[in-house]
Amino acid sequence: MIKLKNLHKSYPMGKESLHVLKGLDLHIKEGEFVSIMGSSGSGKSTLLNIVGLLDEHDEGTYHLNGQLIEHLDEKKAAILRNKFLGFVFQSFNLITYKNALENVALPLYYKGLGRKERQKIAMEYLDKVGLREWANHLPSELSGGQKQRVAIARALVTQPKVVLADEPTGALDSSTSHSVMELLKEINRDGMTVFVITHEEDIASETDRIVRLRDGVIISDERTNKKEKV
Amino acid sequence: MFNLDRWIEIFQTLNKNKLRTILSGFTIAFAILLFTLLFGIGNGLKHFFEREFAGDANNSVYINSGITTKPYKGLQSGRRIQFKNDDTKFINENFEDEIQFFSPNVQRFNVQAVYKGEQNNYTVRGVYPDYQPLESAVIEDGRFLSVLDLKRKSKVVAIGKMVEKDLFGNLSALGKNINLDGISYKVIGVFSDPGGDRDERFIYTPFTTAQGMYRDNDQLDYFGLTYNPKLNVDQALSFSNLLTKMLKEKHNIDPRDQGALRVRNYAEGAKNVQSFMMVLNIIILLIGIGTLIAGVIGISNIMVYIVKERTKELGIRKAIGATPKSIISMIMLESIFVTAVSGYLGLVTGVFVLKAIDKSLEKYFIINPSVETYVVVGATIVLILAGTIAGYIPAKRAARIKPIEALNDE
Repeated sequence: MIKLKNLHKSYPMGKESLHVLKGLDLHIKEGEFVSIMGSSGSGKSTLLNIVGLLDEHDEGTYHLNGQLIEHLDEKKAAILRNKFLGFVFQSFNLITYKNALENVALPLYYKGLGRKERQKIAMEYLDKVGLREWANHLPSELSGGQKQRVAIARALVTQPKVVLADEPTGALDSSTSHSVMELLKEINRDGMTVFVITHEEDIASETDRIVRLRDGVIISDERTNKKEKV
Repeated sequence: MFNLDRWIEIFQTLNKNKLRTILSGFTIAFAILLFTLLFGIGNGLKHFFEREFAGDANNSVYINSGITTKPYKGLQSGRRIQFKNDDTKFINENFEDEIQFFSPNVQRFNVQAVYKGEQNNYTVRGVYPDYQPLESAVIEDGRFLSVLDLKRKSKVVAIGKMVEKDLFGNLSALGKNINLDGISYKVIGVFSDPGGDRDERFIYTPFTTAQGMYRDNDQLDYFGLTYNPKLNVDQALSFSNLLTKMLKEKHNIDPRDQGALRVRNYAEGAKNVQSFMMVLNIIILLIGIGTLIAGVIGISNIMVYIVKERTKELGIRKAIGATPKSIISMIMLESIFVTAVSGYLGLVTGVFVLKAIDKSLEKYFIINPSVETYVVVGATIVLILAGTIAGYIPAKRAARIKPIEALNDE
């Protein structure tokens, strides 16, 4: 599903340039539940941005769903994001003046679906994350956990190939974190590839595969034994 | 553009951000309001000048005689020039094409007019029927003098409204006989005159009647004529110059003599008024355009701020699949919609205010301040263009926002 080969990325910092990713090789298959672990500055956010088509890599190759990603203009990137990727952010990133249902329905608007259909599908996904009764509430009226559920429903609503979650529990307390992770696991059980970025060991341990990153290189890539237990 | 979903999205955004919408709308509405008021008041000034010069037909020429100030061809200065009937013929024959209406005039001041014990003094003028359009007189009752009256030397008069009011009070003067210096005349018509009260205190009688009554021979006082309206201002001026030259030759007047023959061509005044109006129009236009530009810059600023404020939202939209094009069209349609609607509101308010203050401005030389349809349509088009320009730059910038930067922008 995601295939990275010798991936490099550096950012210009004045005259110098900051080499963030120094040749990553990573292969994530369909249906995997992977976490990227690393302290801040390890390059994990940069990796997510590149995988999420929010940023471009300098060197190496990136295949998403078998398609080589290179020289994307903004329009193509936008269409691919809408088609293949669902995002979940640490700070939820819901649109503040839209209610839960409208937030979930928004990606479908950019996909070009009709209003009624959008609402119907969005309601299904809100139901899936257990927030049917909260459909008409604004983000400001929801708790942190509820907001993240709305964000997850929004990520899923276009039926993407991969869900990318950037510190999805970073702003939540531990019990809420746990329930959000349970939700992600459930999604993964339905066959979705889930890609989580975190710096918390216990969150990473709830996934099936942990990739550790330090200073722009992968230092370990191991399966948790949880899956073998199941 | 006519995608219903897109409009619903835009209305929702505008509706959920009322204060922002109202503030940006207010800027443009205010600019258009000022623009409309300026234009309306400018037009009011124009109307005032038009009315002030409406007293006589504005293509009229009056020819008066005087006393020579220079000796010429052996003739001494101080000679009185007297027009006679052959001058009437002379002008008529030489300038048939250039002249529209023409009338010689015999004038008598301080004629005592009496009707049943009411009496007053007026100026009596003996004229041709053509004199009516010359004076822009409007017949209110009866008729003006006719060619037949002229031929028959009838003792008939057309009197001004003020004369009727003075002598007849509220009664109609039509068909009654009034006494002018002891001789009875029949009133055949009552007229009003846009020139005002002064012009409505004249009494007109056929030229032949007056000449017979007030002159011993074929002398007359002055000529009034209107030139062919097809002539432009410059052609009209050269016509009256030629006329002056020929009349001076005929009466043996030095061509440089300014006193012996005075030709007053209203075209000259009209020319001055025209250039004055042009300058006024340019000033109004400049101020109007300036106001509009200020408004456009205002809304452009606000749009820049709005885009900045919405950076994060736009980043989210892009992350979930909004293309740059859809971001640009969203911002621009919002901008165009706000400018068009608020601009229209400003326009309507302006027109309404102009209507409301209409009467109270008359003492400041402003009459019927209003804006023409083409100005309204033009301003609306300018507005929509302004909205497009004002929206485009920030929209373009918004489309370039990198989603990551936007999302990191807390």
